[in-house]
Amino acid sequence: MSPISQPTSVAFNPYAENGGTILAIAGLDFAVVAGDTRQSEGYSIQTRYAPKVFRLTDKATLAVNGFAADGNIFVKTVKQRLEWYRHAHAKDMPLRAIARLIQTMLYAKRFFPYYVYNILGGIEEDGSGAVYSFDPVGSYEREACRAAGAASSLIQPFLDNQIYFKNQVAVSGTSHPKHLPILDVLSLVTDSFTSATERHIEVGDGLEIYVIVASGRSLTELSSIAGIEEVTGSASATDRVFVIRRELKKD
Amino acid sequence: MDHFPGTHWGKPRNDNIDAYGTYPLHAHQPRTDAFADGVQRTQQPVVTGASVLALKYKDGIMMAADNLASYGSLARFKDIQRASGDMADFQQLKHILDTLLIEQFVQDDGHKFGPTEIYEYLSRLMYGRRSKMDPLWNSLLVGGFKDGKSFLGYVDLLGTTYSAPTLRNWVWRYIAQPLLRKSVEGREDTLTEEEAVKILEGCMKVLFYRDARSLNKYQIAAVTEKGIWISDSRSVETEWAFAEGIRGYGAQTQ
Repeated sequence: MSPISQPTSVAFNPYAENGGTILAIAGLDFAVVAGDTRQSEGYSIQTRYAPKVFRLTDKATLAVNGFAADGNIFVKTVKQRLEWYRHAHAKDMPLRAIARLIQTMLYAKRFFPYYVYNILGGIEEDGSGAVYSFDPVGSYEREACRAAGAASSLIQPFLDNQIYFKNQVAVSGTSHPKHLPILDVLSLVTDSFTSATERHIEVGDGLEIYVIVASGRSLTELSSIAGIEEVTGSASATDRVFVIRRELKKD
Repeated sequence: MDHFPGTHWGKPRNDNIDAYGTYPLHAHQPRTDAFADGVQRTQQPVVTGASVLALKYKDGIMMAADNLASYGSLARFKDIQRASGDMADFQQLKHILDTLLIEQFVQDDGHKFGPTEIYEYLSRLMYGRRSKMDPLWNSLLVGGFKDGKSFLGYVDLLGTTYSAPTLRNWVWRYIAQPLLRKSVEGREDTLTEEEAVKILEGCMKVLFYRDARSLNKYQIAAVTEKGIWISDSRSVETEWAFAEGIRGYGAQTQ
């Protein structure tokens, strides 16, 4: 029998990387937040349907990507804080306040972080579409578009080119549009995910696109989309939330 | 300066711990333990149970576990679970669940835990323990049936959760999962009990052939509207004659 065994064990690693990708684009009076539904660990697909995008209020949706256990708990806690806010103030928390709340909650765990990249999309109090992106410890910024997760390095340059018109020269006498029409944005989102599915093994199975539309905006363009479903929470809401579900390749 | 007079019931403040008195001190005195050096946390599994397979079928959930894992059972509850991983952690987990369910039974308030509630509880428990860097070294499949709906969920030592039509634990991810997916995905609502048993038997056979740590003795459990059914230990017929003819991969002399 051997004497006291050597301390060979590796310390327990409390994190895992569960793949997948998320993406959000802000329009003039709408925001689009999307994510694939595959959850994986290493080369194994754990499930083909694990949502990464969540409706928080009728003007805010949150996409989480990274370590799935942290992500799910984080979303639960954010939702709980928003409910408390509703009970205290009898209204939904405004988007920029949710953004600051998320930064505080992330930074509170600065030395044992939630290993999660967050993208918050929705409608600001002034009616404009907005996207806030976060790093795991809470540093955040309002942007027009952002991709995060496994295929972010594939999608972000594409968005830089198509949304910010980087490396594109406008025809002389014209200028690039500041905001794209909603249907153009939605095709960019689907194209981003079908392409990422082709080239990244951790992306695929299903796509969920949340569309948050400011009050007063016409919904005629949206009604032409196949299989679109309204998920607005309250009947009295002025801003409205829709979800579009699509299949992605499963290989 | 004591910012919270009256909240610490006369216990003296300690400036070494909280110089600015930002929090009621009694609430976060560091715990000291004379045996702190001897306290160990599970850093690797010791006595391990084997594995569990689960699938959804027409009438509910069916699970299979070889007898290395079928240690004890929770058959008296409205759902069942077989765990794989560290046996001591598993028994601790069973103990915690038992306590919870007894408490709920005693309350007798008409509210009963269904599979979703048990699953939520277990997920939070597992995530809580991983966050303390003191994990319960198991992966759990929770299967249940309530109000005409079947439920199947997975949670592991990291608190990672998910559900899918077919589930398996880590060791069987490459062997059993493809077989299960091929025969179950998209057919969850039409698979009959006989077909489900056949599929699981097929998996158990392949596993026994290919996994060195499996045993040709296993149980099948079904959770349906009618309740829980757990089979006696059974075996699959195996055929090893072909092994005689294999040349080139082992320590043969010829």
